[in-house]
Amino acid sequence: MKLPDLAELAVRNLRESLLRNSLTTIGISVGVASLVAMLSLGIGLQQLASRRLMKSGLFDTVVVTSRRDLRNFNRDQEAGGPAPGESRILDEATRQEIEHMPNVLEAYPDIRFITELRYEDKPHLTMVAALPSSAQSTDAFDALQGHFFSSETAPEVVIQKTFAEELLGKTPKSGLDETNVAALAAPLLGKELTMRYAQREAAPPAASYVGSDKANASSDQGLAGAAYSVVSRELKFKIVGVADLDPESMRGPTRARVFLPLKLAESLHVMQPTDLREVSRAPGDQPVYSSVNVRVKGPGQVQAVEDAIKKMGFNTFSILDASRSIQQFFKVLDVFLGIFGSLALAVAFIGIVNTLVMAILERRREIGIMKAIGASDGDVKRLFFAEAGAMGILGGIVGVALGWAIGQVINLGTNVYLKRQSFPPEHFWSVPWWLVAFAVLFSFLVSLAAGLYPAGRAARLDPVQALRYE
Amino acid sequence: MSNAGNSQPNSAPAIHAEQLCRHYRMGETVIRAVDGVTLEVRAGEFVALLGSSGSGKSSVLNLIAGLDRPTSGSVIVHDRNLARLSREELARYRLRTVGMVFQSFNLIPSMTLAENVELPMRFAEIERGKRDSLAREALTRVGLQSRMNHRPSELSGGEQQRAALARALINRPELLLADEPTGNLDSHTGTEIMNMIREFNRQLGMTVVLVTHERALAEHYAQRLIFLADGKLIGDEASSAFVATAGTERERR
Repeated sequence: MKLPDLAELAVRNLRESLLRNSLTTIGISVGVASLVAMLSLGIGLQQLASRRLMKSGLFDTVVVTSRRDLRNFNRDQEAGGPAPGESRILDEATRQEIEHMPNVLEAYPDIRFITELRYEDKPHLTMVAALPSSAQSTDAFDALQGHFFSSETAPEVVIQKTFAEELLGKTPKSGLDETNVAALAAPLLGKELTMRYAQREAAPPAASYVGSDKANASSDQGLAGAAYSVVSRELKFKIVGVADLDPESMRGPTRARVFLPLKLAESLHVMQPTDLREVSRAPGDQPVYSSVNVRVKGPGQVQAVEDAIKKMGFNTFSILDASRSIQQFFKVLDVFLGIFGSLALAVAFIGIVNTLVMAILERRREIGIMKAIGASDGDVKRLFFAEAGAMGILGGIVGVALGWAIGQVINLGTNVYLKRQSFPPEHFWSVPWWLVAFAVLFSFLVSLAAGLYPAGRAARLDPVQALRYE
Repeated sequence: MSNAGNSQPNSAPAIHAEQLCRHYRMGETVIRAVDGVTLEVRAGEFVALLGSSGSGKSSVLNLIAGLDRPTSGSVIVHDRNLARLSREELARYRLRTVGMVFQSFNLIPSMTLAENVELPMRFAEIERGKRDSLAREALTRVGLQSRMNHRPSELSGGEQQRAALARALINRPELLLADEPTGNLDSHTGTEIMNMIREFNRQLGMTVVLVTHERALAEHYAQRLIFLADGKLIGDEASSAFVATAGTERERR
């Protein structure tokens, strides 16, 4: 029998027992819907996670430190390289060299220091860090109240929510923190913060006896002009933004709660912990950094950039390996979700077998008639296959639509909840086209497999017996 | 072509059964439904298989129809030994060579008459356009042109049997096998159906094997009567009534 005839007969047979076949098809739909829902949740979560992680800047960032500073860590890394004392200094020249390497977007010094900030005459001690203007695209500032720095040198700060709570004298609740960031920002935006800090100021070459002492101690390097004095300074800042999320949550204890524009921070020459040691080694008055953050074009280039910087004699650190294990985690999650989703489809599979076996009993005589007037075993088998396949395709299409709808409803509901908690809306439910095609095809194949036994049984039916049966 | 089957004495047998046996096993006992039947039907002949119920006449018909396989012996139809055909070849034989009508009509209840008549052509993979016109033509020939889109349940028994005849003949078979075709019909409608079958036998030269238990009916329409009892052939004679009525027309063997 030709395929169009077969399809037509199959559909008309399905319409004959409309209720039973509809119920079976709904069974398939529910199975496919649960599979689609589970897989699209897995895919959506994975996309959300990688979008978040990529945006966080963690996976395209390499942190470079001088081997002098980390001499006590990671002895293995040091063993092959030059001795710590002779390794290179992480100064401005090096920063520029790194910035001009291929695939590097920018390299900026990591400036952070603990200092005192006064707000309405009350002192608050906290970590302050400098941010380049590129940082405003990271997701931590998605829900920023107010705005980001107006320029790289503006005397403006963005503060983190917990610091805002501290300024307002609110004690953060333990457990889930549900303070509304907008309510916190309202009284703070535009207010002034006074920062007191220690500025390092280059001393004139001959003016200081400290300098000559140092020069004696390491005369082989002949560092004239490396002397400096430390001056206490004050600077007023305007609070322009309050960040809901913590942009440095990965940094642990060294994370900052107040952020300054990078260029401004550089011009302040705030005393850095490493200054005490580097003063004896830095050539001239070039700034020396304790660490430099390197932003790479994409996670794919991180390894190469890291290797190149290591060759220059520096320590590097990136979280690329962490992302690999995260992807592995999602692969496993997808498999598990897929298995759970398939359970409903397995039930549907049994439903198809049952429906078709029932159909054989009911249509025994009809099968006998068809054989008597010339249908071959193959014709009968293909007819039952076609009926199973038609139910599978129909169930697959309805199921994908159902799964998609379930996803949309859950997505919508969750976003309403997120909005109420003043989180930005998220799209964590994704039904890619390949999943639609895969689900319909899978449903079709599962249905054909379910039709295997009934079709074979129908084909083998003895026409004489079938016709005798009244 | 219309009288080809009858006008030329055709010596080549259309059907030749030799020591045909069909045994069924029912638990411990073996039922010999057909037990060593040897018979021959010439092309264009109208033969009646007569016997009481359980005599094996329907079993012989099923063996000739290729619906069943003999336990032993052979059935040769137009030089093909049905016992040696594969399942696929048997299906093709039923499709092309055999047309069957049954006591209970055996139309598919979910299909209209046109669809029922068209069904064998679907299996024969005939194009849709051609199928439609052939089905209409066949139904017109049996007088059902106005009932084509009705389902069998909406029709009388006689109309259903006429539709079944149209279906049996749609692929122009060489053999028409009728299993008690008038069993479910009143005598008037039964006569109408039998007249149609005789018409096809005469005009299309189709070989007809009629299974019945009504001797009068068989004698009136068939040229030859074959008697079966307990699966065995017990008699084979020319129909006296047929000879009497046919004598006015023309030839007889």
